[in-house]
Amino acid sequence: MKFATAIIIGAGQSGLAMSRHLTARSIDHVVFERGEVANSWLTERWDSLRLLTPNWQTRLPNHAYAGDDPHGFMTMAEVAGFLQRYARLSQAPIMSGTRVIRATQQDQGYEVLTTRGVWRCRKLVIASGACNIASIPSHSAGLPAKITSLTPLQYRNPGLLPDGGAMIVGASASGIQLARELQAAGRRVLLSVGDHVRMPRTYRGRDILWWMDAIGAMNMRYDAIDDIQRARHLPSLQLVGTPDHVTVDLNSLRKASVELVGRLVGLRDGKAQFSGSLANFCALADLKMNRLLASIDDWVTASGLDQHVPAPERFEPTMLEPETKLSLDLVSAGIGTVIWATGFRPDYSWLDVPVLDRKGRIRHDGGIVAAPGMYVMGLPFMRQRKSSFIDGAGDDAADLAAHLSQNLANAA
Amino acid sequence: MTTTNNATVVSADNGVNVSALLDAREALAKAPEAAQFKWRASCEWLNGTHSRSEIGNFFGLGAEQSRNKTFAVEADHPQIFAAEDHAPTPVELVLSGLASCLTAGVAAVAQRRGIQLHSVKATLEADMDVLGILGMDDEVRNGFGAIRVHFDIRADASADDIKALVAQSQKRSAVFDVVTNPTNVFVTVN
Repeated sequence: MKFATAIIIGAGQSGLAMSRHLTARSIDHVVFERGEVANSWLTERWDSLRLLTPNWQTRLPNHAYAGDDPHGFMTMAEVAGFLQRYARLSQAPIMSGTRVIRATQQDQGYEVLTTRGVWRCRKLVIASGACNIASIPSHSAGLPAKITSLTPLQYRNPGLLPDGGAMIVGASASGIQLARELQAAGRRVLLSVGDHVRMPRTYRGRDILWWMDAIGAMNMRYDAIDDIQRARHLPSLQLVGTPDHVTVDLNSLRKASVELVGRLVGLRDGKAQFSGSLANFCALADLKMNRLLASIDDWVTASGLDQHVPAPERFEPTMLEPETKLSLDLVSAGIGTVIWATGFRPDYSWLDVPVLDRKGRIRHDGGIVAAPGMYVMGLPFMRQRKSSFIDGAGDDAADLAAHLSQNLANAA
Repeated sequence: MTTTNNATVVSADNGVNVSALLDAREALAKAPEAAQFKWRASCEWLNGTHSRSEIGNFFGLGAEQSRNKTFAVEADHPQIFAAEDHAPTPVELVLSGLASCLTAGVAAVAQRRGIQLHSVKATLEADMDVLGILGMDDEVRNGFGAIRVHFDIRADASADDIKALVAQSQKRSAVFDVVTNPTNVFVTVN
């Protein structure tokens, strides 16, 4: 049996940032990576995907984008290259090709069984990602057998889909991007829309994430939020990263002939049933977007910058057809594929420690898990709004490494 | 991207005990099994299309909850349906249920957001093609083709904040969910 003071599971942005901070504190550790550095980015993303955050915002402790396109968006290969360079620069002690099979609590720490042996540690950092498993609604079981069912983790490009149209369930970042791509490839596309967060790509001459960063929204702390449980389960922002900085929203998709329907609420006898709540979800998203734009406008005025940026604008409210479908016979409508863009969740199947709540979510306070010496990283709004962004890994790693180190010192 | 300013909640009074509701949320987070409720009604035929429903006990918070009284709700059909019009039609009661649920939601959300309401009036209209219920056209559904709800609200808030009350009320409304989404209905006899 081997020993390290700390074990980090996962060599993505979170695990690498944590490794960097532990190294800086001279805490011996090892990083287990089931594949290679940036494994999920390389193997679980569709071909055309680019980061939703601009290059300048792709930054980690002592490492930032240095190219000539700071406002562009990295492809997945570029993200992986960025993280691989970081791993090399940091000389992170990574054991690649090492999958964790089980972690159990032992006296003073944890025992971690991997495909490459058993390890013991005092501190365990779970940095294995927030999006390991696609969440699929239970009524997917009613999907007719001849229709192909995919998750965004499996989807690669339009050419690999079976013939026919596609129904995309969910209108967050993944859903709107896949709807746009498949419609552009000449497919009939039906987009089932529930709760969503509408967001323009650019506003008043800047990227929306530049504004959110500037007004302090990205740095908002989890303990300063009125209802953190709600904030942690908000859908992802309706954004796409493209070289031409396009905004993709329900209006642009509708104009491109994507058919919008309500939330998928049932599948029976080959028929998909859609909720009649579409108009309200669109109204909620429009109002919420306008509140964000108003807070940006307020910040611009308070900062005395009104003369330096373009004037405020408001976008067209989400327009819907007078009557949207409430049901559709999928096979006779020629739908060949359903893609479940209904969110993701972490995989804790290897974690044999009672720290999950009744919904299978890990219980933690700002990343400090409800078990001694255990930490988690990269979850939505974990310590700050940006915790699940690459740009959030540095701050969280600094805080948690400080806690971990203090904790070791206290025990000594 | 908004935060609720708790300090302003105190000044508005819409007669909704928000802190009791928030306490209940906290209690149910610790004991989610207590969140399982059962609502009940019974209905007796009187004559023709006239009936009377009684609504009394319900189950919730892990126990039978008895009321001090039983409510009666009658339903009938109008004279142009060859009935005696003793009471509203059941579909009108559905509209009333939707209106009451959304209106209660507006008051509760307004209280939570510290918005003083002065008046709230909902006006509802639903389309129905009666060829469906008369069995004359298989392609026409029995129920509503569409429901339109209009809210007239006077409150100490901006137009957008008032719209947000109505939107949030729909998002959290039980009856809105019942009418917009399918529900399994199991009917047994004797």
